[in-house]
Amino acid sequence: MFRAAPHRRITLRRVLLYLALVACAAVMLFPFLWTVVTSITPEGTLANGPTLLVKDPTLNAYRTLFATLPMWRIVVNSFAIAVASVALQLVTGAMAGYAFARLSFRGRSVVFGAYLATLMVPLQVLVVPLFIEMKLLSLQDTYFSLLAPSMASALGVFLLKQAIEAVPRELDEAAVIDGASHLRIFAKVIVPLIKPSLATVAILAFMASWNSFLWPLVVIRSPELMTLPLGLSALHGQYTTAWDVVMAGSVVSIVPIAVVFVLAQRHIVAGLAHTGIK
Amino acid sequence: MTPTPASFAAARSADANDVIAVSGQGDSAQRDRHSGPEDTDRRSRGARRMRPGRRGSGWRNAGWVLVFLLPSAVPLLLFTVIPMLASIWVSLTKWNLISAPTFVAFANYRRLLTDPATLDYFLHTGAYIVGYLPLVYIGGLSLAYVLDKKLVARSFFRAAVFLPVITSWVVVALVWQWLLNPAHGVVNTVLGALGLGQPGWWTDPDWAMPSIILASAWKDLGFVMVIMLAGLQSIPGDVQEAATVDGATGWQRFRRVTWPMLSPSTFFVVVISLINGLQVFDQVFVMTGGGPQGATQVVVGQIYNLTFRYGRAGDAAALSWILFVVILAITAGQLAGQRRWVTHA
Repeated sequence: MFRAAPHRRITLRRVLLYLALVACAAVMLFPFLWTVVTSITPEGTLANGPTLLVKDPTLNAYRTLFATLPMWRIVVNSFAIAVASVALQLVTGAMAGYAFARLSFRGRSVVFGAYLATLMVPLQVLVVPLFIEMKLLSLQDTYFSLLAPSMASALGVFLLKQAIEAVPRELDEAAVIDGASHLRIFAKVIVPLIKPSLATVAILAFMASWNSFLWPLVVIRSPELMTLPLGLSALHGQYTTAWDVVMAGSVVSIVPIAVVFVLAQRHIVAGLAHTGIK
Repeated sequence: MTPTPASFAAARSADANDVIAVSGQGDSAQRDRHSGPEDTDRRSRGARRMRPGRRGSGWRNAGWVLVFLLPSAVPLLLFTVIPMLASIWVSLTKWNLISAPTFVAFANYRRLLTDPATLDYFLHTGAYIVGYLPLVYIGGLSLAYVLDKKLVARSFFRAAVFLPVITSWVVVALVWQWLLNPAHGVVNTVLGALGLGQPGWWTDPDWAMPSIILASAWKDLGFVMVIMLAGLQSIPGDVQEAATVDGATGWQRFRRVTWPMLSPSTFFVVVISLINGLQVFDQVFVMTGGGPQGATQVVVGQIYNLTFRYGRAGDAAALSWILFVVILAITAGQLAGQRRWVTHA
């Protein structure tokens, strides 16, 4: 009834809208372009003022970067810690979600409340005592210490409990009649049915770990245990003025996550939106 | 704002009741009465009589409960609950992390609460939020509104806006520090070419916080957009049509129909932004380190300095608890005020 004609007219409004969008995209993307441009600009010419067309592009900054820091190791560390954190949070979260959604036991709501309460405590409150705890256990400056605070997440437990409760009980019962145990029901019936929620939790865990800065900053000293944000900030401290090297480091840390984003864009955006609405 | 688990805490628990109420799936008490696998179990054993109460459903699953809960309970206990409780104790001591701590009761709290500098850290943090929130909210909402329509290259525009969201704070801070470099930065070069003033950005006490706000808003715009887009897509189309039939103009439709119906998404963005904003640290640490002349020192930055620069772990722990109470109070206030302006469709 109110539909526009099949051929959209090119109105002034529309042209302005697209111009605004293009300008907006430029503002969002230019910093990335500029990061790449700076990283291939010869060191001496940086002070001459910015130019998009680099005269003698060079990879010197990357050579300096890889000579200063064990960059490959740092990239691998970031991925390994993120993947380990995702795997652990999925397993611990789904299992706890199953316990809260499907097993009835005394004090269930109290225990669940205690889980939720851990969500209310910001990392900043935990950083000092957690650092001390790691020191007492002689675990500071180890991979384990990087992973420790993100092995289980109450947010993951909460989201997965919700997802499991949405699975019809009749499906479990059918499995029970076949003589399946809780572990079997969990693995064969529940897990395949909550994949979308598992994806959401995985994305949240991955991004939290990939971007994590304060905790690694506190607990890690050795360059070969650093993650990308930490390595970059260390670089920044050492070379306050070597912007080409700092930007080269930024490129190295943006590329892997950008590839992940391009491959899983739909899931990432849907996963984040899923946490925002009810 | 990267959705850290902590950042979702209040918003999630805020949502918890609504999720349960709306979906009707969380009513566990009711569900327990339905037959689950454990009840089927009981029936199959037939003759065995079960007394209701203590011995009955209470402990029968104990083994399974342990199997399913321990993998998450152990790390949460060791690396969240115990440090949290320890933090209360540390906040009551004077401790440089090297020699033995001495118990000082509430002296740390008293000193922090009477020190005018503490107020400054909170004011700087507040200034960050006041600058940041309107930028990301209005920007994110406008972009969501436009990119919800059918447009050529819509997914490209969405991806462009979203790309900074997945970039880590440290990278964002470094890149913006370079863009806003007072001497050789792109922004000042352009401003100079246009004959405009060239601020000292992060090197100038007056411009340092705006620099941090600019970088942060650039990063989080896409996150807010995604949340608002999800909200827009959950508004039923017939509501819009009804308003159109009634003769509402485009702006009236937005102001009187769309925007009020987005209030749950708005609420979520505001709650999350405040929680994250109060905990702002990464970008400040990298861009200004709290300077120049302490102009951008925020609460978490001070917690870090107290512990690792000044060796005052007790003060740091006390300050972190003061921050926690502030976050809790503000979030609770928002939840209480939620009823007045958040519509639940």
